[in-house]
Amino acid sequence: MQKVLLLVTILLVSFGAFAQLDNVMGGSVSGNFKLDAQTYSPDSIIGADTISEKLLSNSYMNIIYTNGNFKAGVRFEGYFNAMEGYEKQYNGFGLASRFATYTGDFVEVTAGNFYEQFGNGLAFRAYEDRDLGYDNAMDGALVKVKPHDGIILKGIIGQQRLYWEKAEGLVRGADAEFAINSIIGGFAESNHRITLGGSFVSKFQKDEDPTLILPENVAIGAGRINYSISGFNITSEYAYKSQDPSFDNRNIYKSGSALLVNTNYSQKGFGVMVQYKWVDNMSFRSDRNESINNVLINNLPAISKNHAYSYSAMYPYATQANGEAGFQIEIFKKFNKGSFIGGKYGTMMSMNFSRITGIDKTPLNDSTKIGQSGTDGYTTSFLSMSDELYYQDANIDITKKFSKKLKGVFTYQNIKYNQKVLEVHLDVVEANIFIADLTWKIKPKHSLRIEAQALFTSQDSIGEGDYREYGKQDYGDWAMLTLEYTISPNWFFAVSDQWNYVSFDDDIAKKTLLYNHNKELDRIHYYSVAMGYTKGPTRVALSYGKQREGILCVGGVCRAVPASNGLLLTLSHTF
Amino acid sequence: MKKLFTTIILVSLVMVGFSQSGESSIPSIDIKTTNGKTVNSSTFSNDGKPMVISFWATWCKPCVRELSNIAEVYETWVDETGVKLIAISIDDARSMSRVAPFTNGKGWDYEIYIDTNSDLKRAMNVPNVPHTFLIDGEGKIVYQHTSYSDGDEKQLYEKIKKLVE
Repeated sequence: MQKVLLLVTILLVSFGAFAQLDNVMGGSVSGNFKLDAQTYSPDSIIGADTISEKLLSNSYMNIIYTNGNFKAGVRFEGYFNAMEGYEKQYNGFGLASRFATYTGDFVEVTAGNFYEQFGNGLAFRAYEDRDLGYDNAMDGALVKVKPHDGIILKGIIGQQRLYWEKAEGLVRGADAEFAINSIIGGFAESNHRITLGGSFVSKFQKDEDPTLILPENVAIGAGRINYSISGFNITSEYAYKSQDPSFDNRNIYKSGSALLVNTNYSQKGFGVMVQYKWVDNMSFRSDRNESINNVLINNLPAISKNHAYSYSAMYPYATQANGEAGFQIEIFKKFNKGSFIGGKYGTMMSMNFSRITGIDKTPLNDSTKIGQSGTDGYTTSFLSMSDELYYQDANIDITKKFSKKLKGVFTYQNIKYNQKVLEVHLDVVEANIFIADLTWKIKPKHSLRIEAQALFTSQDSIGEGDYREYGKQDYGDWAMLTLEYTISPNWFFAVSDQWNYVSFDDDIAKKTLLYNHNKELDRIHYYSVAMGYTKGPTRVALSYGKQREGILCVGGVCRAVPASNGLLLTLSHTF
Repeated sequence: MKKLFTTIILVSLVMVGFSQSGESSIPSIDIKTTNGKTVNSSTFSNDGKPMVISFWATWCKPCVRELSNIAEVYETWVDETGVKLIAISIDDARSMSRVAPFTNGKGWDYEIYIDTNSDLKRAMNVPNVPHTFLIDGEGKIVYQHTSYSDGDEKQLYEKIKKLVE
């Protein structure tokens, strides 16, 4: 607690100091800070554990000094101790990042910590999301050279962040991108736009394995193309990785590859997008023994819709680096006002479908299992698909304005989620989700938002004969209502309740949850109240209540959030 | 640990000592257009008229509410003040190909860019989306606002009008 107070004091003092501090030694200072602190009460009904500290907090502060072509920055982070759902290796306080950058017309050099992405990230992406505790920053050097209009060359070298330490492996890489239209004079005004790119990244890590002979240098190479003409755009990237026995692939000596294709076409009022992805054995980390979100060198984007409503995101998909094949298609349409569907104010609609399966894996020979350690693992053919469904999501979204005061977003979604693959659980869960989100403008600056959500899992059975059980999949059914009252531009107040009510019309289902037998979650309420105050770049929010266990995803990254019950304070400011 | 605290306090004090008033401007970061062309953020301009830079993502509900609500009055804003809205999407490789069909599907008339590894977001110290900056005719940040509640665009427009008075 003392430490937290000390940290808050430092943040406030520094904030006071920087508030009027836009001109320092001829340059300017900017930055931000954020503090999250939560109290934890044990709650056996929802499965919230006893937290010995009673209060946990995460905080950070970024300070950037800019003067002409020169820029330098630091970030302090404090975890007293790390909040539930964040890795405890973060506990403590310290200087988590520091860098200096010189930007000239021809060359840009960064020394220290940096984030960077080559192409779509299949070969290299250093990225952070503080709210998710995700940070694989590089510590080393980044050089960008622009020798000619339309040519960008990048080089990186360094080690990746692993909590307060650095991962063992050294990461070296280079990337080149050529915007053809800017390079070749005659194409400058062409409607056809072509950009080509290529990257090479290699990792060095010593082999200290007592039994296996492991490659100390592992390389990944990738090539990409982007072509566009008027409203049409296609981007594709292919990556190949040399053999890389690791914890993720259970030490198989197989090379890996991945293909990503993104296409879209749009014109005013209409758009369509199609994505395809194929991945085989592509996990790539600075340390072959690491797991979860730690020290990933590359990024394999999940190609399913990234949902924002809490029930849509209850069963989120995460890329299976050991092998997956999938596609996604989405259509966007605006029905103009005055048309039959458009009505008086116009209507927007989007339809989305994604389906991801495993890839075909064939054993090397009769005596070797698929993926057996110390062997080449298996064989597969490029772009193959297996019958095993990992994830499927079909959803439709309609945004409609009814009057000057009332607007609504309506969503229906059907999800199939393979728990065996995604969470090492039991089977495929199917859920149907309905959401209505209404905004009622009471006065010009007063609005009430009503969000109602319901999720129903399918009826199912497991076991055989006398042991056969019938019931609802996973946690069963859920319903949720949130009321949010906002007074622009400063205040918001919200109350919310969600109810894990299983199923009323079926006596057996009421008692049985098929895939989570140990949890007796029948008829639990998760209520919460929240309020917040925002003034310009400053935001303070307080919430109190119960939070359900789940997976929180922002952008492409997810983390597990355990059930909790308590008071949460959030404070953030940008200066 | 103690040393670190002392350092921070000393640094803060030193900086207070040097402080004068002034304003930050837009940092120089490479971002992409929706058809893959690289553009540097320091080249943003609107012929001496104000600009709004709004950080958003296709998966962020309040962001989409904010940009949809502004879209309804955007024509009037442009007519009366000459303001330009630049919408910076932080959608990454997973969803960046949704950005063009999404914004066209909604009929938005904004200048759209993609900040696929959040580099500009980081350089402008944006903790979360939505986050909106108002830039004056000289390219200086004169106002910023985090999060969105229905009606916030009215306050933003008041600030834009003050700049062109």
